[in-house]
Amino acid sequence: MAEIQAEDSLSARGHVGMYAAIAGLWVRAAWVYRTSFVTLVVANGLITGLDAVAIWIMFSQLDLLGGFALHEVALLYGASSLGLGIADTLIGSVERIGEYIRTGRLDQMLTKPLPLLLQVCADQFTLRRLGRITQAAVVFAWAAAYVDWTPARVGVAVVMVVSGGAIFFGLFVTFSCIQFLTKDATEFANAFTYGGATLTQYPLTIFPREVMRSLTFVVPVAFVNWYPCLYLLGRDDPFGLPGWLQLCSPVAAVAMVGVALLTWRAGVRRYTSTGS
Amino acid sequence: MTRPVHHPLIDVRDLARTFVRRRRIGRLRRTTDTVKAVHDLSFTIDAGEMVGYIGPNGAGKSTTIKMLTGILVPTSGALTVAGLEPQRDRVELARRIGVVFGQRTTLWWDLPLRDSFDLLQKIYRTGPARHRENLGRFVELLDLQDLLDTPVRQLSLGQRMRGDIVAALLHDPEILFLDEPTIGLDVISKGRLREFLRALNAERATTLVLTTHDLQDIEALCDRVIVIDHGTAVYDGSLTGLHQRGGSTRTLVVDLVDEAPPIDVPGATTRRVEGPRQWLAFPADASAAPVVAAVAAAYDVADLSIQEPAIEDVIRELYSTPPAPPG
Repeated sequence: MAEIQAEDSLSARGHVGMYAAIAGLWVRAAWVYRTSFVTLVVANGLITGLDAVAIWIMFSQLDLLGGFALHEVALLYGASSLGLGIADTLIGSVERIGEYIRTGRLDQMLTKPLPLLLQVCADQFTLRRLGRITQAAVVFAWAAAYVDWTPARVGVAVVMVVSGGAIFFGLFVTFSCIQFLTKDATEFANAFTYGGATLTQYPLTIFPREVMRSLTFVVPVAFVNWYPCLYLLGRDDPFGLPGWLQLCSPVAAVAMVGVALLTWRAGVRRYTSTGS
Repeated sequence: MTRPVHHPLIDVRDLARTFVRRRRIGRLRRTTDTVKAVHDLSFTIDAGEMVGYIGPNGAGKSTTIKMLTGILVPTSGALTVAGLEPQRDRVELARRIGVVFGQRTTLWWDLPLRDSFDLLQKIYRTGPARHRENLGRFVELLDLQDLLDTPVRQLSLGQRMRGDIVAALLHDPEILFLDEPTIGLDVISKGRLREFLRALNAERATTLVLTTHDLQDIEALCDRVIVIDHGTAVYDGSLTGLHQRGGSTRTLVVDLVDEAPPIDVPGATTRRVEGPRQWLAFPADASAAPVVAAVAAAYDVADLSIQEPAIEDVIRELYSTPPAPPG
């Protein structure tokens, strides 16, 4: 209830502005330790780049992976990694909500006139993931050179990146809420979030049909890159699913964010009513 | 005949808060215990009051403060703060109260103090003129002028606490909740902080609710003390009254030039002798002056000091004083 009223009293633009103000201060704070910050960004880019290298090495042994060529897999990889990088940057400290409960920082935030989720997401905001985003953008750009671009495909690509970020954002928030129930459930949550993200780096055709099903209907990360990339590549669905699914990323994104907000609200309500 | 209804700023009626704790018994079976953190708690606080909320650890102090500030929902009972229902109207309430948790800072560790204050202006949407005026006044009163551009991590504990208090006041809150504001501070910092809080209350009639372990905080600031123990209020009144009711004592520590038999002066009893040092107890609500004068007149005194009673002792004495309530 309280959260809903808060949303009303402050416009969406006000929220974005507030998020930017808080995040901006964290970026300035990080800039105090420039060397450390730059090292982190570069290291993050290099480490996540190893995934891309792994795919490239794989293709030195084969021509097709699950029926997809290197540039096609690179497109899938780039799109997924971009979405993950964006979400990872936006959620800030949501993953550490359990720690915030233990240290009392969450209580402190509850005494500020802003929605709690906004505060937690903006807290400890870091541009460390710029490394991942840059690296993903480079791979995506290279792969995009092979795409036969039409205005519709450009539109789908833009929507894909935004929806991808939103889907991962929703996933992170939803699974972080487990920490309202039990402390230190981070590992369990990571299995779904980062685990799901890793699966999407490959064409789903290399997995059993059940994986495709659960990534479509349970943890909808297939909409981050798989379906929209099939559209960009002008391919029919290898599993024989209808073509309109390829345009459903925004629907999945809205649903995922909706689930996340509801779960978050339930989590906060549980916290304020149990104090643990 | 209608009379204007008196609305206290904080109104607590039959407030209760229980926690459910799960406990393992045996290999698979679990049992749940219901712990009453707060029960049958009622009090009202008027605008402009300075109230000390004290009690031993685990008595229910934090639980109460959390309910008053909208962090925790009460299990039962009625609660209004500034006419609002704290948890339901959390965001609205947050604009009208200031909260300082003594051991946790809300300031940006690596950035100058000023940056934290500027962000708060945005968060609370305080008018720029109002913000400038408040900042100027508080910074002057708390002597922080030269520290505004210093990164918070370089500040001393006392300076940081002063910074946190400014941060909690920039939006002109009607009520300031302070949780152990003087914990860990040196004597000078404590004194300065108390002086500031008194000035704040005098100038702006800001209502003050503070929890503390330091009876001197109460003595310096609060006309009224609410003592909570085992989850409910056991005393509500003046500090003097608390001392009288509990029969609590202050201690005069006397260092004599030479060893002597136990000192015998009117108005005090000697509790302990250790070489030339003696401990004399006298009622906490009595003046120390006559006792000191009597001792100085009759003995060769090298040094004197006075120990205030500890909150735990005062509360323990409150209980040990008969008659205990039945049940």
